[in-house]
Amino acid sequence: MVEHGDVRVVHRGGSKINFREPVISNDSSFLLCASGDCVKVFSTATEECVHDLRGHSGLVTGVRLRPSNHLQVYSCSLDGTVRLWDFTDGILIKTYVIGYPIYSIYTSANHEGVIFIVTAKSDQGSELFQLVAVQLRQCAEQVVEAREFSAVLPDVTSKPAAIDFGRGGEYIASVKAQQLEVFFFKKQKSYRFFLREDNKKGGKNTFTCVVCHPKDDCIATGHEDGKIRLWRNFNQKKEYTYSTMHWHHGAVGSLCFTPEGTNLLSGGVESVLVQWRYNQESEKDFLPRLGAAITHIVVSPDGALFCTSHSDNKITIIQSCVKVSAVIQGLVNGDGVRTDLMVDPHSKAMVLNGKPGHLQFYSLQRDKLLYNLDIVQQEYIHEEGLQQFEVVKAAFTSSGDWLATVEERQQKSADLELNLKLWAFDEQTQSFVLNTTISAPHEARITAMCFCHAAGSQTTMLVSTSKDGHFKAWQLAEAAHTQDEGSSSSWSCDFVGSYHGLVPESCCFSADGSLLAVSFQEVVTVWSPSSWELLTTLSQPPGAIRHLCFGRLSCSKYLLGATDNSLLCCWNLLTCSLEWSTAMATSLLLVDPLSENIAAFCYQAGSTDLFVFKPNEPRPLFSQKAVCSGKVNRAVFAPREEMLESCEESSQWLNRSQLYFLTPYMDLMTFSTKAEEDKLMASSKQLVIDDSIAMTPFSLLLGKHRQQQENQDPLSVLSAERSPLPQGSAAIKELLQTPAHVLPSTSFLCSLFVQSLLISVTDSREEDKHVEEEMESDKENSDEEMESGTSRPEAGSVVDQYVHAADRPLTKAQIREVRRVKKLDQGWMSNILDT
Amino acid sequence: MASFKPTKVQVYPKLGEKVTQDTLYWKNYKAPVQIKEFGAITNIDVSPVAPHNFAVTAFTRIHIYGAFSQEPVKTYTRFKDTAYCGRFRADGQLLVAGCEDSVVRLFDVSGKVALRMFKGHTKAVHVTDFTSDRYQILTGSDDYTCRLWDMPNTTELNRYQEHTDYIRCGVTSKLNRDLFITGSYDHTLKVFDARMEKSVMTMDHGHPVESLLLYPSEGLLVSAGGRYVKIWDLLKGGQPLVSLKNHHKTVTSLCLSSNGQRLLSGSLDRHVKVYSTTNYKVVHNFDYAASILSLALAPDDESIVVGMTNGILSMKHRKNPEDYKGVIQQRRRPSYRFFVKGKNYVPKQDDYLVSKPVKQHLAKYDKQLKKFNVSQALDTALETWVRFRKPEVTVAVIKELDRRGTLKNALAGRDEQGLSQLLNFLVGNLVDPRFAPVLVTTAEMILDIYQSVIGQSPVVDRQLLRLQDLLEREIDYQQELLEVLGMLDTMFASSLPRKQVPCSAVSRSNGLAQREAGTQLPAT
Repeated sequence: MVEHGDVRVVHRGGSKINFREPVISNDSSFLLCASGDCVKVFSTATEECVHDLRGHSGLVTGVRLRPSNHLQVYSCSLDGTVRLWDFTDGILIKTYVIGYPIYSIYTSANHEGVIFIVTAKSDQGSELFQLVAVQLRQCAEQVVEAREFSAVLPDVTSKPAAIDFGRGGEYIASVKAQQLEVFFFKKQKSYRFFLREDNKKGGKNTFTCVVCHPKDDCIATGHEDGKIRLWRNFNQKKEYTYSTMHWHHGAVGSLCFTPEGTNLLSGGVESVLVQWRYNQESEKDFLPRLGAAITHIVVSPDGALFCTSHSDNKITIIQSCVKVSAVIQGLVNGDGVRTDLMVDPHSKAMVLNGKPGHLQFYSLQRDKLLYNLDIVQQEYIHEEGLQQFEVVKAAFTSSGDWLATVEERQQKSADLELNLKLWAFDEQTQSFVLNTTISAPHEARITAMCFCHAAGSQTTMLVSTSKDGHFKAWQLAEAAHTQDEGSSSSWSCDFVGSYHGLVPESCCFSADGSLLAVSFQEVVTVWSPSSWELLTTLSQPPGAIRHLCFGRLSCSKYLLGATDNSLLCCWNLLTCSLEWSTAMATSLLLVDPLSENIAAFCYQAGSTDLFVFKPNEPRPLFSQKAVCSGKVNRAVFAPREEMLESCEESSQWLNRSQLYFLTPYMDLMTFSTKAEEDKLMASSKQLVIDDSIAMTPFSLLLGKHRQQQENQDPLSVLSAERSPLPQGSAAIKELLQTPAHVLPSTSFLCSLFVQSLLISVTDSREEDKHVEEEMESDKENSDEEMESGTSRPEAGSVVDQYVHAADRPLTKAQIREVRRVKKLDQGWMSNILDT
Repeated sequence: MASFKPTKVQVYPKLGEKVTQDTLYWKNYKAPVQIKEFGAITNIDVSPVAPHNFAVTAFTRIHIYGAFSQEPVKTYTRFKDTAYCGRFRADGQLLVAGCEDSVVRLFDVSGKVALRMFKGHTKAVHVTDFTSDRYQILTGSDDYTCRLWDMPNTTELNRYQEHTDYIRCGVTSKLNRDLFITGSYDHTLKVFDARMEKSVMTMDHGHPVESLLLYPSEGLLVSAGGRYVKIWDLLKGGQPLVSLKNHHKTVTSLCLSSNGQRLLSGSLDRHVKVYSTTNYKVVHNFDYAASILSLALAPDDESIVVGMTNGILSMKHRKNPEDYKGVIQQRRRPSYRFFVKGKNYVPKQDDYLVSKPVKQHLAKYDKQLKKFNVSQALDTALETWVRFRKPEVTVAVIKELDRRGTLKNALAGRDEQGLSQLLNFLVGNLVDPRFAPVLVTTAEMILDIYQSVIGQSPVVDRQLLRLQDLLEREIDYQQELLEVLGMLDTMFASSLPRKQVPCSAVSRSNGLAQREAGTQLPAT
């Protein structure tokens, strides 16, 4: 990342949460999972993210609970460190520097102070991995060098599912290719069992995962061909046995025993969670249609919660194998983003294709998937090699009332299946409802699609261009027959246009909707959508035009086009001539909907540069070299919720909207200014104070409210009564703010705590009085001030009023006091008033 | 856990005519009663008084039919030659008819023998009618003359010899006793006033006039001749209002529905068309077996009577709504209380509502698809009722199987009966453009799978031959269509105006931009 002034590229969420298997805390209230460079702590009840454990500088590759303290967790990362966290408070406790990239981590209850990690064998190529035990020294420092290695297994795979500890750490089982290896720690001896390359029936015997029974001497292994084998008597070379269970038709993705060992859970590409009874293998239960292939299965220590990770970046929490209770869904970016990035004008969410056949609405502010819109509306068949319908294009109207989607499915040998669907926004459900389905709108693949953005026009128009050489205009037509009142308005084709049989590549409406530009290879044709007349043609050969866009606001007379032989052209539509052109290998051209700015991503020498400019100004507003490596093909301007007031020239273009883009590795990045970061830092600091509550929108709301109250309180007269006593408050604070695990036992603390609250008898009475007097005088003063402002009061009535005001139950001492005041103060009062 | 998503059955737009009030009205007739006459039926007239009998003129006879009888109530046979134009008087008591032998006969509806014979024409008389004063008769003849006769003493009152060809139609005014209109093969319509020596108005129809009709208000006149039906405004001096050309053969008869809202025309092209008299659009169409010569509607549109060249008289009577009442009420239904049981209970304030999960209803084939029983699902979709009544369901299931990649499994392993059923469905629906893309793949798969067993079963072989025939015919048909399309393209290309499109100055070097865009297609 290159610094440029105060604008810099930052990573913005959307990372994988299904990369490694999640961990459920002992009380089943938290779920921890590795997500990019940090570990996320979710609440299992509310699905909200409670903490981000940030600190690693590389991809986090494993998370394990510390066996000796269930409130602490180890995480390992490719940056060569293992970190120990307190996940309830989100505090980093220790950092162990290993020095080599770590691929997975294991712990066992039998091995106190030892962790097992998988690292690459340094002397050979990176293809070979070994399992090593690392002795962790006890010491007070934050950062500890851990260099006491001892190799356990020399040849393992880097997959975390391929190794498991049995019977709480008596032996360890590891699988690789067709080999199962069991290592007994006591005997320091390992046994290896091999399967033949392939069975007679052509099944694939390769191991995929292994899991050990928690109570019994039994190892379950999953295989490529969907078989599960249960191994017994593996503590000898010859007389080992195994039994086979077969239900999965695809590879077994994950296996897991319940804590008591009564059930075995398995899952795979079929996205069905299968529950096998241990020792009664014929009985099984199914939980079908979980949405996507299961990659990991985890059971909570009390056995009440199951948790499955899925290939579509989702974690499902299942209660006692019957009910899905929560779904934690990350940004789905499976094989690649086929649609453009868009912003839904209603929810302000970023929209792109996610699960097969779905559009996902992803909130950028909250880094959370809002919902998936089912576009294809067909039962998804989980099977390898099956061609599925994919959402390839989508477009919103500027008001967000209409959504157009294109789905396609290309079978080998068969014709391309295309569907154009138009969705209307439903106010009641706040979602999109299918209005029209047009099957086979074009004869070939659709290359571009755009809505007419005119604000005041009555008709809504959609233009789609296709490889079949035509572009079609679709228009919303009112129902023709008034007699059947059930049918509402639907979309139909209004115009079919072509130009010399050339293939249209892109299309674009001008801001007021009066012009339509369609590029046919080297030629840009400009049409009038009202009469469908070809107005003019523009071209700048050679090189076919890939991207087209009209300028906005004050630059609406300009039309910009980027050709595929690195030329960026700007035409003036008033004179129909080229205004300027520049050599630039533009991979993406993007218009900010709220300003005149245009962003161009240029791919040059293996990395992408960004230029932001106005079409009417010769100098770019902002440019940054090497924004990321590789070609940026998807980006979007997302309007900000509140405008930034940055006056620095280089960051002004980010005031109204924020630019997000997807790198070739599907990371979502954005540009952030210094001012913005400072603001973010400030708000996060504020939140740190009250960390014991989960950071939910609700708590934020309440927190704000409470803060306001606190601000008001010092002003009120009664504050003296409420403010805690000086000696006690420090003790209580200390007690409440130190983490629970470092505190001594409660019985010891209790007496201390109570003592800290108590105040010695003699003192207290005096102090009480003192306070009371203070309070009264305060009150009187205030009363006095108030009333003297309005009229001259009589002295007697002041006290009467005070008695009335304090009509809550008074203690005897107080009553006595009041009486005394009644007697004494009158004369003094009147004196003051008279003078 | 998402629920099973059922197979999506594509909804196709309904082809064919739209259902309107008119189609419902005009389709509400029973099956026609057909009576064979001796010769072509040249005229049908409905009696204006209560039983509304029909006088049907065919060959040398005139039959009177009752409203619902199939046998003639009365027959007049005293014609020496072909009779023409039997018409009732306004009181329904007298009937007049012309004849090929030029004699006009007047009958009493109760008698058989002619009361009067009017002799004077020299050629066949095709037009006879009573004037509205009930004592005079209008006749028109092939001797180019039309005459007015006095009934009581059989004398000729007036004679007009203005037409220059056969007079084949004529009407008298119902409001004025002196006015009448005649139409002739000399392409003209003439309006005569008995008080004048000459015709008062002449209109040119442009074709030999076959039939005339006056609106009840007598402001508008309808004439039929050639393929045209023309409407004339008599109050504006015979100005043509509309010219309708909806038949493709000569229009022979005209008739107005009882409320005057619809105009019917019968033609030699075997169609009866119904027009709306407000916008003169065709709102309905009847088909008949032979060319239509005469047409009549009973009052209140109770029946449509059509006479054809092959001598068949077709009578359609309106369906009676009371006929069905008895049948419907026989079915016993569960009581009203059964359906509302517990439904109208309003929960009280402190009640805790337990919502019952809505059970998803799945069609039988969906249930089988859910269990991956693909072959059974296809069987279900191929059941006789579904196959014939809802082919789109069958096609949707086939498409779904194809999407799942299991269509081959579902198609394989069928016996002779199952396979011939499948082939039968293919033959029926393969060329339907809505289903063709799916069914072509299916047909290819079937041929692949059952290649080895071709020739073993005569039933399957016959179906395969039918399939082959069908495909060959379809290919020929498509080729013809493409030829027509090519011709149309050339015609459009030559007729559309060409427009020079301005292009930018920079694009000089580009040859493409210099050419004008001539390939604008009209909206489809």
